[in-house]
Amino acid sequence: MIILEACTVTKRFGGLQAVAEFCITVEERSISSIIGPNGAGKTTFFNCVTGFYKPDEGEILFKGQPITGKSPDRITHLGISRTYQNIRLFSNMTALENILVGQHSRLKTNLLDVLFHTPKYSKEEEFSNKEARRLLNYLGLEGQGDQLARNLPYGYQRRLEIARALASRPNLILLDEPTAGMNPNETTETMALIRRLRDDLGITILLIEHDMKVVMGISDIISVMDFGQKIAEGTPDEIQKNPKVIEAYLGRGSVDRFLNKPNTVITDQTVKEWNQ
Amino acid sequence: MGNESTTSKRQILSKSNLRYAITFIFAIALATLPMLNFPQTSYWVRVVGYTGLYIILGLGLNVVVGFAGLLDLGYVAFYAIGAYTFALLAGGHFDIHLSFWLIIPIAGLLASLAGILLGLPVLKMRGDYLAIVTLGFGEIIRLLATNLTGFTNGSQGLYNLDKPSLFGFILKSGTNFYYLIFVLVLIIFFVVNRLDRSRIGRAWIAIREDEDVAQMMGVNTTFYKLLAFAIGALIGGLGGSVFAAWQGSIFPDNFNLFVSINVLCLIIIGGMGSIPGVIIGSFALIALPDILREFATYRLLIFGLLLVIMMIARPEGFIPSRRRQLELHSKSNGDQTISSDIPGEEA
Repeated sequence: MIILEACTVTKRFGGLQAVAEFCITVEERSISSIIGPNGAGKTTFFNCVTGFYKPDEGEILFKGQPITGKSPDRITHLGISRTYQNIRLFSNMTALENILVGQHSRLKTNLLDVLFHTPKYSKEEEFSNKEARRLLNYLGLEGQGDQLARNLPYGYQRRLEIARALASRPNLILLDEPTAGMNPNETTETMALIRRLRDDLGITILLIEHDMKVVMGISDIISVMDFGQKIAEGTPDEIQKNPKVIEAYLGRGSVDRFLNKPNTVITDQTVKEWNQ
Repeated sequence: MGNESTTSKRQILSKSNLRYAITFIFAIALATLPMLNFPQTSYWVRVVGYTGLYIILGLGLNVVVGFAGLLDLGYVAFYAIGAYTFALLAGGHFDIHLSFWLIIPIAGLLASLAGILLGLPVLKMRGDYLAIVTLGFGEIIRLLATNLTGFTNGSQGLYNLDKPSLFGFILKSGTNFYYLIFVLVLIIFFVVNRLDRSRIGRAWIAIREDEDVAQMMGVNTTFYKLLAFAIGALIGGLGGSVFAAWQGSIFPDNFNLFVSINVLCLIIIGGMGSIPGVIIGSFALIALPDILREFATYRLLIFGLLLVIMMIARPEGFIPSRRRQLELHSKSNGDQTISSDIPGEEA
């Protein structure tokens, strides 16, 4: 079943087409990636899906329902959640409170419940606290719940952002460079975590990632973006051999040299060597 | 590990007990102040009563600025609306003489409506821009009070206002109003405390921290910002009504920009978003200048100097707002070990 379907999504900033007639379909319970050089429009596309930007053209369907132009909080209600490229936690709130805010759309206490501490209020607070602690534990953050988010080490902050995104019980989660700035160990752990999100919780994952090892390692399907357009789509194997992708990453002229070398594929290593 | 957590738990407990004890002693001391028989008691009752009015305003503005992070420089507008509502409905100007207890909810309602009216056009504004618009709003209300002479009697002001009565007992002395304000402070203190520790307070603080992300996490930012404006304004309106009733007369000049600035200052000095901070800040900013009266001419100089030193030495305020410790100190804490548990299965 298709969970997210976007077609001919276009977003312009003045004369610049950040996203140009971009189409993507995401299968339920899949791990899909969007890759592309810096400035290709990947994050802008995420912002269109989550309602932060309203696309100038095109339509986005989530679970068959149009969500184009809906406000971010409505879209979160429907079951999409996200993390950010540069961590954006509520830094002066504790880790646990960050998760509690993530649960906001699922909680229902109103002003009167809060003022009079009705049974509904106590029940909901207790339940949401308990579940927030479970999420902390699930992400290996037990004991960190009372720390202010800004005091947590970098790796923990990344995980806390995922915990916060999970708190709304999303069906689809958008991860914007989840392994940015991580060491190889942390990267491997994060890859395992992303798989667990899919396998344990049945969450569909769409991610932006620059680390080729991660992209090639966990994606079922990869879309490649350049100058706002989709230039290729396919399985990791197909993408690694696609001349257009090689051109976008390594420049024109390198395609022949690259493809003639047997058994070479795009990895971080080859990108680095080629750029020297 | 087990040992460590129990000792830290004990420390936290004793710390919070200490806080309760201090709060309690402080409240008792304030409650008994008017009963003391010092030569200057009535003077101090007036000073502390006036400080109490500012605590009310501070608690209200703290919802807007401290919790939701919306910099409002025109807060005096709601104070004025509350005051004029009382003056017009309980005085000779239109010869309407409603009961104080009836006017209080009307004033609160009118002020919160004004808060929403101010909030609507500024929903998309942030930081400096918001500050400028709210500043203008505060001035507009004051100018209306000055120039709508038929309605507000202009700069002549409104006087001979009715005194509130409670079961036939007429509140007129400073001590009566002192206790009225004292009770009002307690109620508002209680309300904003509960708001702070709820889903609503968390939504506000999330908006303060990062509005875009808060919205992405499912917080309806439009609703919560308007709610902050409305509740802040309501509290300001209540304060205004009590002020008008106490003074028995009001003039547009009572509602100048400096009221807004003072209230904002006391929040900053106490610690942004901190409820006990508002109380300490009010005493520091409103009562202290009176204590310094002995130094006569140099009073404001010393006061200004103290403020500067204070902001350099303790920029986060006297009692910085602290987030509640929830993970290891709340009641239902039996399930610490299920680390591989799947969240979302239970519900």
